[in-house]
Amino acid sequence: MSEKILIKGNEALAEAAIAAGCRHFFGYPITPQNELAAHMSRRMPQMEGVYLQAESEISAVNMVYGASAAGVRCMTSSSSPGISLKAEGLSYLAGCDLPAVVVNVQRGGPGLGGIQPSQADYFQATKGCGHGDYRMIVLAPNSVQEMYDHTYASFALADKYRMTVMILTDGLLGQMMEPVEVAGGEQTVFDKPWAVAQGKDKQVVNSLFLKPDALEKSNLDRFAKYRRVEDDEQRYEGYQLDDADIVVAAYGASSRIARNAIDEARSRGIKAGLLRPITLWPFPKTAFAKAAERARAFISVEMSMGQMIEDVELAIRCSRPVTLCNRVGGVAPDPKMILDAILEAKEKAI
Amino acid sequence: MNTVFEKTPLLTDLPLHYCPGCTHGLIHRLVAEALDELGVGERTVGVAPVGCAVMAYNYFNCDFIQAAHGRAPAVATGVKRAKPGHVVFTYQGDGDLAAIGTAETIHAAARGENITTVFVNNSIYGMTGGQMAPTTMPGQVTQTSPYGRDVKAAGYPIRVCEMLATLDGTVYCERVSVDTVKNVRAAKKAIKKAFEIQLAGRGFTLVEVLSTCPTNWGLNPVASLDWLRANMMPYYPLGVYKDDA
Repeated sequence: MSEKILIKGNEALAEAAIAAGCRHFFGYPITPQNELAAHMSRRMPQMEGVYLQAESEISAVNMVYGASAAGVRCMTSSSSPGISLKAEGLSYLAGCDLPAVVVNVQRGGPGLGGIQPSQADYFQATKGCGHGDYRMIVLAPNSVQEMYDHTYASFALADKYRMTVMILTDGLLGQMMEPVEVAGGEQTVFDKPWAVAQGKDKQVVNSLFLKPDALEKSNLDRFAKYRRVEDDEQRYEGYQLDDADIVVAAYGASSRIARNAIDEARSRGIKAGLLRPITLWPFPKTAFAKAAERARAFISVEMSMGQMIEDVELAIRCSRPVTLCNRVGGVAPDPKMILDAILEAKEKAI
Repeated sequence: MNTVFEKTPLLTDLPLHYCPGCTHGLIHRLVAEALDELGVGERTVGVAPVGCAVMAYNYFNCDFIQAAHGRAPAVATGVKRAKPGHVVFTYQGDGDLAAIGTAETIHAAARGENITTVFVNNSIYGMTGGQMAPTTMPGQVTQTSPYGRDVKAAGYPIRVCEMLATLDGTVYCERVSVDTVKNVRAAKKAIKKAFEIQLAGRGFTLVEVLSTCPTNWGLNPVASLDWLRANMMPYYPLGVYKDDA
């Protein structure tokens, strides 16, 4: 039996993690993700779990590194400037193939930026974040329900592939309240023979390979795994997509606004559709390539200065014109400007 | 034939990569012997630093995690919070612990994190080729203090035990040395005591071991021990700085 609760996006992230079996949360205060850590600080003691406020985002991600190495499901969260600090730890998590769930409730940047919603960390999330060749699975919810569902699913995904799963969301979704259907069902439990502190044979968790051929092999093995993820985990949602001449690409909060613009365009007889990536990595290339077979033009709607647009262009191999429709700095695009972009694209392309 | 000495089981047979005369090997043995004597090797997780001891995981027969530079106490915290029944220790040098990892060290101590830190202080960055460390002595010549450490420009060495002793979460911290047989015995006693306190669930313990770096000090092993006694010991006096156990 599932129940419905009215809950804030940031709190939904916390509840979903607990439902997924996460009992170790390591955080550090930063706006606009504070409700998540605050919720964890209330709930973890009730669940006989661990809530620990670290001395920095760096320490928080390294506590996740230690807890994950010891085989437990664990999580940390932050917002943009804090994710920059976690970049070192994310690289080490990847280098040791450790599972982890990391939340980024994005705010505007660069630098201290602002505390209003933004999607300006797209490159940071999808291109690796820290040093070295590696990827994270990046999930982009667009409702409080999806904040819950994706977070609930992210722990099994992390365990399955021994990767960091980043929930890339923003202050808008984090602060928003919506009714959420709470997940039931069994979580898949993964055997972790590589973990330390299991009372078995000696295990070493390490990313140091001084011999070049050994380091190369570890990279090649990891990227073979990434190819499996690219094959099996591309996720997206299409809205009015099947017959779309103009395809709007938008994720997260932007996609909700884009949907309104598409409805308005349709009411004017324009065949506009939405292709919403749910996984930002792996990017849903297959869906974009398929959409490009029919569509005349693409529009990337972003709260960033043109970041996802590069992946759209790559996915369709620049076979159609792609334009950018964006606001930044904590300003969200409004349906009118997206509609104007659709009208302009139609004018040029058809 | 009678066996008069045996290598303790918690050490592997792998040849150490440390330079001739370096005291890391000795300190490894003391840590391993202490854990073996307590019979807890099978439920011990070590956390290796970045620095000369980065490959400590090769030399200990227990679970190990290699941490990012300075982050060992945070990593150890994650392990201990996940597996409170395990013995968790970090093994860190002066650059790792007292420069890039100062925040992690202080806050692990302030939280009274129930882990043990073995802090090897040789007043220099060894692995990277002998740069000035937070514990480099005033006037000491290193690769990056070629005219000697000028405290007006580079500041003063940090006394870690004295600093951590001010924190309520630190249960036990002691500075020892491995320059003489007598001091080696005392060092082992201190390390074992730290682990015993952890096993009793009391809180943060740290043993600082004054150590030599003949290669980067540019001295032979014997002269290095003399230099340690003449220069480091007066600035870093041996002794117990905190014992609430």
